[in-house]
Amino acid sequence: MFSKTLHISTSPHIRKGVSTDTIMQNVVWAMMPVLIFAVFSFGINALLVIVTAVVSSVLTEHVLCKWSNKESTISDWSAVITGILLGLTLPPIFPLWMTFLGGVFSVAIGKFVFGGLGYNLFNPALVGRAFLQAAFPVAITTWQSAFLEGRFFSISSSVLAFPFAEPKVDSISGATPLSAFKFDHVMTDSSDLALGLISGSTGETSAVIIILGGIYLIARKMMNWRIPVSILSTVFVLSGILYLIDDTIYPSPLFMLFSGGLMLGAVFMATDMVGSPITPLGVVIYGFFIGLLVVVIRVWGGLPEGVMYAILLGNALTPQIDNFIRPRVYGTKKTKS
Amino acid sequence: MKDSFKHGVHPPENKEETNKLPIRQFSFAPLIILPMQQHIGAPSKIIVREGQEVARGQVLAAADGYMSVPMHSPVSGTIRKISKVPVISGQMTEGIFLESFHSSGQEVSEGSPISVDASPEQILKGIQDAGIVGLGGAAFPTHVKLKIPDGKSCEFLVINGIECEPYLTTDHRVMLEQADDIFMGIRYLLKCTGAKEVIIGIEANKQDAADLLTQKIPAGMPVTVKVVPVKYPQGAEKMLITSLLGKEVPSGGLPIDVHAVVVNVATTAEIGRLLPHGQGIQERVITISGPGVKKKGNYLIPIGTPLRYVLEQVGAADNISEVYMGGPMMGVAVSNLDISITKGTSGIIVFGEQDINKTDKIFPCIKCGACVGACPISLNPSKLGILAKAEAYETMADDFHLMDCFECGSCSFVCPSNIPLVQYFRLSKSILRKRKTAKPAAVNV
Repeated sequence: MFSKTLHISTSPHIRKGVSTDTIMQNVVWAMMPVLIFAVFSFGINALLVIVTAVVSSVLTEHVLCKWSNKESTISDWSAVITGILLGLTLPPIFPLWMTFLGGVFSVAIGKFVFGGLGYNLFNPALVGRAFLQAAFPVAITTWQSAFLEGRFFSISSSVLAFPFAEPKVDSISGATPLSAFKFDHVMTDSSDLALGLISGSTGETSAVIIILGGIYLIARKMMNWRIPVSILSTVFVLSGILYLIDDTIYPSPLFMLFSGGLMLGAVFMATDMVGSPITPLGVVIYGFFIGLLVVVIRVWGGLPEGVMYAILLGNALTPQIDNFIRPRVYGTKKTKS
Repeated sequence: MKDSFKHGVHPPENKEETNKLPIRQFSFAPLIILPMQQHIGAPSKIIVREGQEVARGQVLAAADGYMSVPMHSPVSGTIRKISKVPVISGQMTEGIFLESFHSSGQEVSEGSPISVDASPEQILKGIQDAGIVGLGGAAFPTHVKLKIPDGKSCEFLVINGIECEPYLTTDHRVMLEQADDIFMGIRYLLKCTGAKEVIIGIEANKQDAADLLTQKIPAGMPVTVKVVPVKYPQGAEKMLITSLLGKEVPSGGLPIDVHAVVVNVATTAEIGRLLPHGQGIQERVITISGPGVKKKGNYLIPIGTPLRYVLEQVGAADNISEVYMGGPMMGVAVSNLDISITKGTSGIIVFGEQDINKTDKIFPCIKCGACVGACPISLNPSKLGILAKAEAYETMADDFHLMDCFECGSCSFVCPSNIPLVQYFRLSKSILRKRKTAKPAAVNV
């Protein structure tokens, strides 16, 4: 009777059963519609850019793990997310060799040097993109118009540019709504913005699809809803106030919400659990800070877009937020800090 | 006032397989093995000798000081051997091997009864003499808990009928079947604590028990039955006080600091049943459940019954691979089937090989905050876990309230990265305790 050796473990002996790799996979599923729309509106160029970013991120993670004699961590899916996010933030006609370099940089410098998943201070994809923005300022602001004819069959020569060759500016390029506003003061229709009938980075153009992905993750309790809500409402209120003060200088709050990388950033990047605060109040402060920076950079900064820097600075603030915002512990009078 | 404490978790309850089954007497094992350390405090001191014949209910071991309780014979039989016996911690402790008489009537010997009109001191002494300890699982000597320290006063007597651990249904059945004993126990408790008001706390999944007890409240007794939401760890003393009284027990303090005393409902019933007859604890109600056993149920099992015998009787599968004493959230995994049932055993949960579906893969902490949203006392388990790995135990205690953690395991339960957070905290706390008691010369161990 009872011949088996008993398995012992420490309590609790039951688990809720949602694991980290499941969460990561679900984030990937939630981004799929965004990815599909990116390919639909920008064609094969966008597909190549995104696939290259994913391949280089996953490959970098695998190689670095092997190189440091650790078990490969690609099965936790976080490198896939980094790759997709990086791809979604790049222009559709971004040269592939630069994209590849961006993926390597994201994972190696954005994540691996900090100690891998969970230890990184910043969102790895944004670290990679910040590097690309600094290294290739022209290429990263060369956009393709959406819904070009033949976009599914013709690959832009810029995408296939040789490493270190000066890429040719393609004839298919078009201005993003934010740069049109910043430099030419041209306002794009906000329904075009919401639906994504515009030019921009591969994955940032359709706010509606991004929001649906976010709702999916929030419903599955895999995303902190407070982060996008806090960022978006801050942007809406602040830019609303400016718009009321002078609507000839300042863009409308709806334009601010639906243009550029704000929606993509607020839903899929600022919500990266590793780089955001851990308490509900901390998260709201973090979101407010990001929203504030987005408005400040867009309105008064030299760049048309500020979401990337706003989120990176929000990530930088996170450890301090967690240090100062501590819930009152049961049975104690005040927060001890 | 909010009707429950903050945060907490909702593990699957798994109570429906046993909560309708009445308490049944378990058979007497041919050999009873009684460890002397079944409670918190000093082990009982054996007062019988090998070869001696003893009657059921007879005192076999006396309390060794105030922080100890006596041990009564669960069966009539012969003392075969006095030697070391295994206990659940994996250690060996002093114990008695008792061969029970076959087919004897198993009449219980009576001692001197304690009346409800006795003085508080006499009642406390009676509770100690009956060998009563917290039957919820902690096995803390009840008379020590009930002693109101000088300068403090007790207003509220809280009877804990929460039973928030999955699978367990012993308190539920005790409330349904032993209501009279419970109210008799409350009479004794009112007398010895001086409480003005009694609140029986019951989780909403035991509405039938709440209804029955409400109906049976004796005239003139200041008792209210309160139903609270189903949420783990609702049954933890501090959480229950918050849910019922809207007060927080101060950090490092005891319920009496908010004028409350909390007693488990089965312990209360036992006081009400034993004291009028001057008897001691010989058996207790235990839920046996889990996918690894056939005859699930709530059984009245003699203390000292070997676990192996229990599992054979309830038709446990041969390939059982995990057995827990207590519930799955805070219970202890058994490594050796030769240990016995003790006063603190509230449940035996059995899993067969095919029922184990665990991934033991541990991912890094991704700071998702699930643990922060689960901790009933608002600690930051994520941060504490990182500090534990860095062996920064003093920082954990000084800046992050480690010592307030009562190890409910909610953080580990929700952690998507499978980090054994509560185990880190148990170890950190014991390391800190050792450092505190260590002599200054040995501090840097």
